[in-house]
Amino acid sequence: MKYKMSLVKLLLVALTVLAPFAVLAEEAKAPAAPAAAPAAVAPAAAPAPAAAPAAAAAPAPKNVDPVLNTGDTAWMLAAAALVLLMTPGLGFFYGGMVRSKNILSTLMHSYVAMGIVAVQWAIIGYSLAFGPDAFMGLLGNTSKALMHGLITFKDGAPVYALFQNVPTETGSIPEYVFSLYQCMFAIITVALISGALAERIKFSAWCLFVLIWTTIVYDPLAHWVWMSDGWLFKKGALDFAGGTVVHLSSGISALAAIMFLGKRHGFPTERMAPHNLPFTLLGVGLLWFGWFGFNAGSAIVGPNCSDAAGGLAGLAFTTTTIAPAAAGLSWMIAEWIHGGKPSALGFGSGVVAGLVVITPAAGFVEPGPAIIMGLLAGVICYMGVLMKAKFKYDDSLDVFGVHGIGGTTGALLTGVFATVGATGLLSGNIQQFITQIIAVAAAGGYAFIMTLVIAFILEKTIGLRVEKEDEIIGLDQTQHSESAYN
Amino acid sequence: MKLIEAIIKPFKLDEVKDALNEIGITGITVSEVKGFGRQKGHTELYRGAEYVVDFIPKIKLEIAVVDELVSKVVETIVNTAKTGRIGDGKIFILPMEEAIRIRTGEKGGEAI
Repeated sequence: MKYKMSLVKLLLVALTVLAPFAVLAEEAKAPAAPAAAPAAVAPAAAPAPAAAPAAAAAPAPKNVDPVLNTGDTAWMLAAAALVLLMTPGLGFFYGGMVRSKNILSTLMHSYVAMGIVAVQWAIIGYSLAFGPDAFMGLLGNTSKALMHGLITFKDGAPVYALFQNVPTETGSIPEYVFSLYQCMFAIITVALISGALAERIKFSAWCLFVLIWTTIVYDPLAHWVWMSDGWLFKKGALDFAGGTVVHLSSGISALAAIMFLGKRHGFPTERMAPHNLPFTLLGVGLLWFGWFGFNAGSAIVGPNCSDAAGGLAGLAFTTTTIAPAAAGLSWMIAEWIHGGKPSALGFGSGVVAGLVVITPAAGFVEPGPAIIMGLLAGVICYMGVLMKAKFKYDDSLDVFGVHGIGGTTGALLTGVFATVGATGLLSGNIQQFITQIIAVAAAGGYAFIMTLVIAFILEKTIGLRVEKEDEIIGLDQTQHSESAYN
Repeated sequence: MKLIEAIIKPFKLDEVKDALNEIGITGITVSEVKGFGRQKGHTELYRGAEYVVDFIPKIKLEIAVVDELVSKVVETIVNTAKTGRIGDGKIFILPMEEAIRIRTGEKGGEAI
C-alpha cells in the first residue's frame, strides 16, 4: 500500500510539473488565433499588384504519380533489418542486468514480442496504424487488414502498391517495405516495457500484454503521430523516429504496469546486481548499430523524395552517432563525480539514454544541438534512474528512468533545437514547443491510462505475477523449465 | 602427520605453489573459497543501487605433511604469501590420523 502511495506521489509531482505547461498551452492558443488573422490580411491588402506575379511564379506543386526509387528501397530493406536486430540487442541489454536465474525469461520477453507483434502487425496492426483514417485522426480503419492491397494482380502479373510519402514528389518505395519497416518499431516498443516487469511477471500474462498493448496503445499512437491524417501529425508535432510513440509511450506504460505488478521479492534489500554486464554492453552495441536503421531510416517520412537514402538520412545518421557518444560520456562523468567510479554499466546506459533522446530530433537538429542534447540526456537520465531509489518503486531495469524520462526530454528538446525542416524555440517558434508539450501529454496520458486498464484486467483475470516461490526459484526454471548455464 | 590449511590471496597462488615445490612438497589441494576476516568487504554500485559484498574470494590450500616438514612448509607459505597488508590470510595446522594412497594401499608417511 505504501508502495502504491509513493507511486501516486510521483505522479502528482509529474502532474504539477506538467500542469503549468498545459495552462500555458491553452493561454497561448487563445491569443494566437486573433493574432494570426490580421497578419494574414495585412500583406494581401498592401501591395496587391506585387503579390500577383509572385503567386504566378511559384504555382502550388501538383500531385504526381509515385515512381519506385530503387536506392531508397534498398536502404529501407537494410534499415528494417537493422531495426529488427535491436530487439535481440535489447534482450541481451536487459538479460545481462537480471540475476542468472532469470536471463532466459528476460530474453524471451523480447524474442516472443518478435513472434507475437509480427503476426499481429500482418493481421491487423498495420491497418490500424497506417490504414486510412477511421475516426478523427485517432485510428486507422481495417481496410488493410492482412496487408490487403499491398499486392494486386493485373492479368495474372503481380502489381506492388507503392508508399509515396509526399504526394507532390514522385519518390516511393514498395508499401511492403514501408509496412515491415514500421513493424519492427512495433516489436521493439512493447519489448522495451519488459525491462520494468522483469524477474516477476508471469510469461502467459506477458504474452497477452504484448498483444493487447500493441493493438490498443501502440497502433493508435503510431497513427496519431506518423500517419498524415493522424491528429498530432496534423497539429505539427515533431517526432522524427519515435520519441513519443516508442520511448515515451513504453517508458510511461512501464510505470503504469508496475503499479499493479509490485516490487520484486526482496527489493530493495536483497542483492540484485546484474549477473552478466558483458551481455549488457554487447546489447548496447547491437542497439546502437540497429538504431542507425531506426533513425536514419526514418528519413523515409521526410519532406523530399530523395530523403530516404539522401542528405536527411545522413543528418540523422550523424546525430545518432554523436548524441549517444556525448550521453555515454556525460553519464559516466556524472557517475564518476556523484558515485565515485566511472562504471561500464553507466557508460552503456548513457549511450542508450542518448539514443532515446536524439530519436525524436534525429533529422530536425544539427550536430551542435545534438551534442548538447546528448550531454543533457546522460545527466538527466542518470538522475531519472536515481529517482527509483528515492521513490522506492521497482522498475527493475529502469525503463521509466531511461525511456520515459529520456523520451520526454527528447520530445521537448526537439521543440527547442529544431532547425532542419522545422523551427523550434531557439528559432523563435514558441508554438512548436507548445505543440511538443501537447504531444507529450497526450501520448503519455493515453499510454498511461490504457496500460493501467490492461494491467488491471490481466491482474484480475489470469494474474500478472508468478507465485512467490516460483519467483525465488527463478523464472527460467518455473516458466520455461530451462536453465541458462549448465 | 599434520594437515596444513592455508587461506591466501588468490594472486599469490602460483608463487606459493612454486616455493612449496622447491622444498619438496609433492602434492597440494587447492579450492576457491569466500569468507571474511579483518579485511572488510567492498561495495558495488549499479545505477545508484549499492550492494555491500561481504565475502572476499580467497584460495584455500590443503597440504598433508609429516611432522618434520611442518615448520618448513609454514615458513615457506608465510614468506611467499605475505604482502604486509591486511587480508594476507591465515594458516591452520590440524592433527592428521592417517593417510592412505588409494592406488597401492600404502599408509602413513609413505602415502603422502
